[in-house]
Amino acid sequence: MSLGTQTDERVATVAVRGLTKRFGARLALDRITFELYPGEVVAVIGPNGAGKTTLLSILAGVLEPTEGEVTRADGKRFGWVPQEPGLYSKLSVAENLRLFARLERTADPDQTVNAMLNQTGLEDRADEEVGRLSGGNQQRVNIAIGLLCEPPALLLDEPSASLDPRQRERLWEFIGGLAARGTTILFSTHNVAEAERYAGRVLVLGDGELLFSGTPAEFEQAVQPRNQTAGDFETAFVRFLDEHGH
Amino acid sequence: MRWLLVKDLQILKRSPLLVGLLVVYPVVIALMIGFALSSPPGKPKVALYDAVPTGRGHVNIGNQQIDIAHYANQLFESITPIRVSSRAEAIAKVRDGKAQAALIIPADIISQINNLITQGTGNPTVELFLNSRDPLERQFAQQAITARANQVEQGISKQVLRVAVSDLQKVLNGGTLNFAGQSVPLLGLKNSRAIVQGTIASLAPDSQLRPALKQVVDFADLAVTGLGFATPVLGSIGSPLTVKQIELAGKTTPTASYAATIAVIVSLMFVGMLLAAAMLALERSEHAYSRLVRGLIKPEGLLSEKVLLAAGAAAAVTLAMSAFVSLFVHLEWVRFPLWVAALVLGGLAFAALGVAIGGVARDVSVASLMAFVVSLPIAFIALVPGDAVSGTLKSILDAVAFVFPFKAALQAAANAFTGSAPGIGWPLVHLAVLTLVFGALARVAMRRFA
Repeated sequence: MSLGTQTDERVATVAVRGLTKRFGARLALDRITFELYPGEVVAVIGPNGAGKTTLLSILAGVLEPTEGEVTRADGKRFGWVPQEPGLYSKLSVAENLRLFARLERTADPDQTVNAMLNQTGLEDRADEEVGRLSGGNQQRVNIAIGLLCEPPALLLDEPSASLDPRQRERLWEFIGGLAARGTTILFSTHNVAEAERYAGRVLVLGDGELLFSGTPAEFEQAVQPRNQTAGDFETAFVRFLDEHGH
Repeated sequence: MRWLLVKDLQILKRSPLLVGLLVVYPVVIALMIGFALSSPPGKPKVALYDAVPTGRGHVNIGNQQIDIAHYANQLFESITPIRVSSRAEAIAKVRDGKAQAALIIPADIISQINNLITQGTGNPTVELFLNSRDPLERQFAQQAITARANQVEQGISKQVLRVAVSDLQKVLNGGTLNFAGQSVPLLGLKNSRAIVQGTIASLAPDSQLRPALKQVVDFADLAVTGLGFATPVLGSIGSPLTVKQIELAGKTTPTASYAATIAVIVSLMFVGMLLAAAMLALERSEHAYSRLVRGLIKPEGLLSEKVLLAAGAAAAVTLAMSAFVSLFVHLEWVRFPLWVAALVLGGLAFAALGVAIGGVARDVSVASLMAFVVSLPIAFIALVPGDAVSGTLKSILDAVAFVFPFKAALQAAANAFTGSAPGIGWPLVHLAVLTLVFGALARVAMRRFA
């Protein structure tokens, strides 16, 4: 069940060309090139240190690339959902949303907050301090803040890492709804099965290199002809990395 | 920036224990430090120029002789003298900070004292130059010297009194009086009275009593002269020696006010540094920093907001503290605008130092601990008395104190509260520059945040 499909006829939401990032002598990203399209759900997978978070941080505007460029279709900022919820635990849900709505300079912050509380199902938790919410609800607030500016694309770094299965299911249901309304979704994950299940396309990173870009099915096919015993996506992924020396 | 400020105030409002601790703790510490500093120990270094020629340091009063050197030795029990060969050299020692005071004994001090004792004229004066840049040192040296000067006065007074009493006894009972180098016989009032009474008893209208009456007349003349001599002598008993006190660096801060100023600045430092460091580190520990700086606010804007918040809180707390302290210690309310200027500029500099610390710390507790650990040495280095350490170490400590805000804030506040020297202009400029320097360092440190 993938949540989005690639539609090459449409204008790309974001075009990444030759993106390179160095931290001192270490090469974190090496000439990454890809495009994302409206309504597409794309997973970035790879082992630890592959450059997943660095890639998302550059697209989010948190980090500057060393080389290369990122072109946004309408110049709008993307929504950013960091792995650790970037929330103020002493403030309530509504206060957190209102603060970021004001900083995003939305036309009517209070209306935006109410709409987002409604969209994320957090109306009855609006006045609760974020620090007292469950991990799942904190992640919902985290995503809600990422959506305040009505972004054309939402970037999520390991969005389900701290969630239990039920919370995870609700998260993907919510993200699926966003994609259905045309929002481009790019998420990183360690959970290969999650990428296979929810992503329409996967970007496989290894040591900063983009090793593969295509649908999960294409990925499995790319690995299986040489490894007839590959039984599932995760096995294919591990073998793929082994073959590429990662 | 406004909304971030509102957000931080909301967070502080919901952290009453933290805020209470942040205010009460530094105030308690500051008051304890201020109390401890009100009574410094040790001997002050005093440049001493004694212009009295060797062997002429004696004052003769009647048959008595007072050795001034004896009292000088007593003075040296309270001070560490630095003997110099001229008045100018003595003053230079104070100006250069090598001595806390200079005591100048003029060459004619002995004749001045003799004139006072024998003729009741003049005002024997020694000069005392005090370094008023550090009120604690100034008061310390002043107390040591004036206490010994009082002993000299008491010693001279005792001798003079002894002579005067002896002379009066002779006026009463008769004897010989040494006056202007001559020995004068005195009959004494009692004898005179007996003679007059005897004369009256045997008085005949045409008696030849001229010799006896002549004696009475002579005695009356001498008694008048003797009492005329005793009057100025006794008048000099109160204060035979004047210490002319000269401040080398303008108006001074009274010690109690200075101790209160230290307490206020210690509080300013704690609140400014701890709050700024903690509130900046909070952005990192709450993982909000990356969200903020991706176009919502520039890192410089975020730093400015933290500095303004911490400086505002620190200035507000210490202004309230100063107002309270002024109930017990003299602080000049007419200079209130300067209080505000000193505490706001001081708060900004301490807050900038705080964000520089917060920029390298990973979370709130580490930032707070680092700010606390850094702040104490900064205060102590700025408060080390100049003569307590060697010249090289003093230079090092002065240099360290110069690059941190405590000393400049202390000078600015001392001037603001009491108008003491040095003026407030340079310390305020110094604080403004330190604010910019530490702000820039914080910006560099924040590169590690993302």
